[in-house]
Amino acid sequence: MDVIWKNVGSLDNIPRCGARRLCFGHNGRPIAVFRTGDDAVHAVVDQCPHRAGPLSEGIVSGHLVTCPLHNWVIDLSSGDAVAPDEGHVETLPVRIENREIHVGIPRRPTSEEAA
Amino acid sequence: MPKNMLSDPREHLVVIGNGMAGMRTVEELLKHEAGRRYRITVFGAEPHVNYNRILLSSVLAGDKDLDDIVINPRSWYGDNGIRLVTGDPVTAIDRDAKLVTAASGLSVHYDRILIATGSRPLAPPIPGLALPGVCAFRDIADVEKMLEAARTQKRAVVIGGGLLGLEAAWGLKQRGMSVALVHLMPTLMERQLDAAAGQLLQRDLDRRGIAFFTNGQTEQIVGKERVEGVQLADGRFIPADLVVLAIGIRPNIDLAKAAGLEVNRGVVVFDDMRTSDTSIFAVGECVEHRGQVFGLVAPIWDQAKVCAAQLAGDATAIYAARALSTRLKITGVDVFSAGALMAADEADDEITLRDESRGLYKKIVLRDGKLVGAVLYGDVADGAWYLQLMQDKADVSALRERLVFGRAIAEMDGAKAPGPDLAAMPDDTQICGCNGVSKGTIVAAIRDKNLTSLTEVRAHTKASASCGQCTGQVESLLAFAAGVDAKAVKKTLCECTEAGHDEIRAAIPAQNLKTMAAVRAAFGWKKPEGCHKCRPALNFYLLCAWPDEYADDARSRFVNERVHANIQKDGTYSVVPRMWGGITTPAELHAIASVAEKYAIPTVKVTGGQRIDLLGVKKADLPAVWGDLNNAGLISGHAYGKALRTVKTCVGSEWCRFGTQDSTGLGVKLEKMCWGSWTPHKVKLAVSGCPRNCAEATIKDLGVVCVKAGYDIMVGGNGGVDVRVTDKLVRVRSEDEVLEHTGAFLQLYREEAHYLERTAPWVARVGIAYVKRRVVDDAEGRRALHGRFIHAQSFVQRDPWAERVHGAEAHEFSELSAMVEA
Ligand code: SRM
Ligand SMILES: Cc1cc2nc3c(=O)[nH]c(=O)nc-3n(C[C@H](O)[C@H](O)[C@H](O)COP(=O)(O)OP(=O)(O)OC[C@H]3O[C@@H](n4cnc5c(N)ncnc54)[C@H](O)[C@@H]3O)c2cc1C
Ligand code: SF4
Ligand code: FES
Repeated sequence: MDVIWKNVGSLDNIPRCGARRLCFGHNGRPIAVFRTGDDAVHAVVDQCPHRAGPLSEGIVSGHLVTCPLHNWVIDLSSGDAVAPDEGHVETLPVRIENREIHVGIPRRPTSEEAA
Repeated sequence: MPKNMLSDPREHLVVIGNGMAGMRTVEELLKHEAGRRYRITVFGAEPHVNYNRILLSSVLAGDKDLDDIVINPRSWYGDNGIRLVTGDPVTAIDRDAKLVTAASGLSVHYDRILIATGSRPLAPPIPGLALPGVCAFRDIADVEKMLEAARTQKRAVVIGGGLLGLEAAWGLKQRGMSVALVHLMPTLMERQLDAAAGQLLQRDLDRRGIAFFTNGQTEQIVGKERVEGVQLADGRFIPADLVVLAIGIRPNIDLAKAAGLEVNRGVVVFDDMRTSDTSIFAVGECVEHRGQVFGLVAPIWDQAKVCAAQLAGDATAIYAARALSTRLKITGVDVFSAGALMAADEADDEITLRDESRGLYKKIVLRDGKLVGAVLYGDVADGAWYLQLMQDKADVSALRERLVFGRAIAEMDGAKAPGPDLAAMPDDTQICGCNGVSKGTIVAAIRDKNLTSLTEVRAHTKASASCGQCTGQVESLLAFAAGVDAKAVKKTLCECTEAGHDEIRAAIPAQNLKTMAAVRAAFGWKKPEGCHKCRPALNFYLLCAWPDEYADDARSRFVNERVHANIQKDGTYSVVPRMWGGITTPAELHAIASVAEKYAIPTVKVTGGQRIDLLGVKKADLPAVWGDLNNAGLISGHAYGKALRTVKTCVGSEWCRFGTQDSTGLGVKLEKMCWGSWTPHKVKLAVSGCPRNCAEATIKDLGVVCVKAGYDIMVGGNGGVDVRVTDKLVRVRSEDEVLEHTGAFLQLYREEAHYLERTAPWVARVGIAYVKRRVVDDAEGRRALHGRFIHAQSFVQRDPWAERVHGAEAHEFSELSAMVEA
């Protein structure tokens, strides 16, 4: 995928089993960056597929986050809701270099490309 | 028409009507191997995909969103190769040319047709029906009209006191309109309920604020530009901004009639669901089968199954009607009815049971030793059992004396009622009428997915998730298929463990478990980090057991408790400072006012808990808002926590001419003692100065009602969906005793209740006698409990807001920014 990589700072800025939002978004949507208990990092659009709840505020267990609004559980690796709920949230690629987190923001298609 | 369609060798099935019956039949058809031999086109008059019409009532009442009631999304049609044409009603069937034509002019050739056009609301023959502001209650468009009216207008009149009319009235009431209901007959739902039950229903709904005009014949709907009111024949006039007609339905047969098919009240179908033209089938509310027409989904699911089997080539599939039941979908109003409402003649037996004070009514009708009818009001738990007895035509003569008391009593002393034999029950027996879920589906889900609770079965199969009528049967299936007794099932803490709350709570001190990891290891947790259910529970249990040692885990707290404010639906937060006993000062009010102005906080509201809520605060502003409030001496009100919330008080003896004690002062003392404490669920206290009880102390977790001789301490109440009035714990003489009993009661609750169990269900579970034994009778035990409470309090009475103003958890309140672009 054609992405623009952004360095969003050190892994240590996010608590284990926690998340933070990015101050910029992606196509007008906020992005959440998660750090799991085993120090893996996932970035997803911070809108629950159910009713756009802020996933970054959810409880993180393993690689799952539970949406704070109505308890849907989202698998952060795939972006898919865990059954019985059905839905998907867009995930963004992440790279870690020297403990710094880089998030790949898909490049917006130019109007020519979109056409 | 695209070429590839012409060359498609499969037979073309055209479905007219994209509703519950039609799509159910298609779903059933797709389950058959032979069903794949059709190319399917579906025409729907409505612009929507197919949805659960039954739940329109829930949408209206605000319990569900339109999104929640979609049965098959557009992708389902695509995935199954079905061509869906929405918003385009079929206008003609040409049987000679084998063509179906729609309003848009689109015309397709068919090999088979399935007519599933449902029914139309009946319109009474009165003037004024065409006025804006008049609508029916049948489809999404109607509900949208009603919701619009509820937003902009005040008064609604519903015409018709049957199931639909009552659900419409209740929904509109829930939406804030003032609602009147006009019914032609003397009692409500007279086709499903006998007069006694109908009257109880009317009484209960009357108490909930719906005004009834029974024996009311509508003469005219009055209005010039739009509706203004309803004129009754007896001279009464009811003003209205919205009039909803719900007087009945009529099968939608116009199309079939024009095509020359045999019709009567409905499109006539035979046992194989074929119409008088063997290549045309019909199902649902548009049909008439052996003289019977339909208005509920349960028989329609049976029809769909038979029709699909026939379409798939199984000529033996036959539809036979069976006993049906009705249930009203109004939260808190339990009505059940099936079969005969009363004895038809002297040979029939009618047995009734009436308990006025509890609002219970039961009637059963027996004929030739068999149950032929049941009407239940107030407690409908046995409805499904009665229905099964009726459908099985079971001989119940041996149980005659006990039958009316319900299954538990009927089956006492080993007298086994001829209840459903679950093992022998065929897999395709329908259990959930609303969602059309069969025994086989439920059992398979329970076994394949290892389901152990009703909630799980609901989530996976939708069985009993709509009207709830079949809950009892689903529980029995759970017992049957998983060997778990759903009622006595061991409630495990969550799916991560086999252990229950009590076991875990007991092991924490006994085995000296001091961290979540230690607990999870001791009990062999399935997931190393637990889940969103067990983590907050364990965090609380550990905090309660080791108040001086355990370090609270912010990551195991629900967002509200983690950030010390309540998340709102738009992602902003609300801030509620503590107001001790509901007392405030001009200085505090100034501080609140200036904070609201300074941070442009959109809403300032007085809460139901006697304090002020600042709503719509941006997360990033929280620390600054708290800092300003702290400067005026205001601290967190814990409105977000499983914690002590408020202590409501009335003015009491200081001002009130009836006050017997200083209820306000005592409330403040209680709040000062209890604030900051974490509890299994939220805890609310109140103190009223006399038995007039203006502080509503008798529906609080702990309420004090002051009397001349002292203080009555009441416990285990709450408001909410299931209101529970407190039980009396004890009367004491002094404020100090109130404080000691309160501390002891709260500590017992903290130490023994399950996480997320409020005091009301906890007291109901352990019994008030047990609580009295521990808190009242055992003075030493009480002092010890109180002592442990005060000890625990010494670690938590620190304002969490102040801590955050001074930098704690700073990462919570700011976003990450991009440093370098690479
Ligand atoms: C703000 C307030 C409404 C208001 O504007 O008045 C309110 C707001 C909420 N209540 Fe309440 N309740 C408020 C007073 C009440 C009262 C009245 C009272 O305390 O005397 C009751 C009935 C008494 C009781 O609790 O028994 C009440 C019974 C509930 C219930 C039902 C509780 C139950 O055990 O069944 C819930 C649902 C729950 O907790 O699961 C609830 C839940 C909620 C939630 C937390 C819903 C949610 O999950 O988001 C609301 C949070 C709004 C927010 O973000 O601030 N609220 N709620 C009141 C805050 C009082 C305060 O100062 O802290
Ligand atoms: C508010 C409400 C609450 C209810 N509650 C319950 C309940 O609690 N329990 C229960 O068992 N039942 C309940 N019902 C009844 C239940 O919804 C119906 O029995 C069921 O929907 C009937 O299914 P059907 O497919 O025959 O008709 P519908 O679901 O009405 O489907 C027929 C569809 O055909 C379309 N159509 C009509 N003519 C044409 C045409 N010429 N061309 C193309 N399309 C056409 C219609 O627009 C409609 O979408 C309730 C109904 C309502 C309205
Ligand atoms: S404040 Fe309470 S009553 Fe009001 S909507 Fe929220 S939960 Fe319901
Ligand atoms: S918005 Fe996430 S569960 Fe509802």
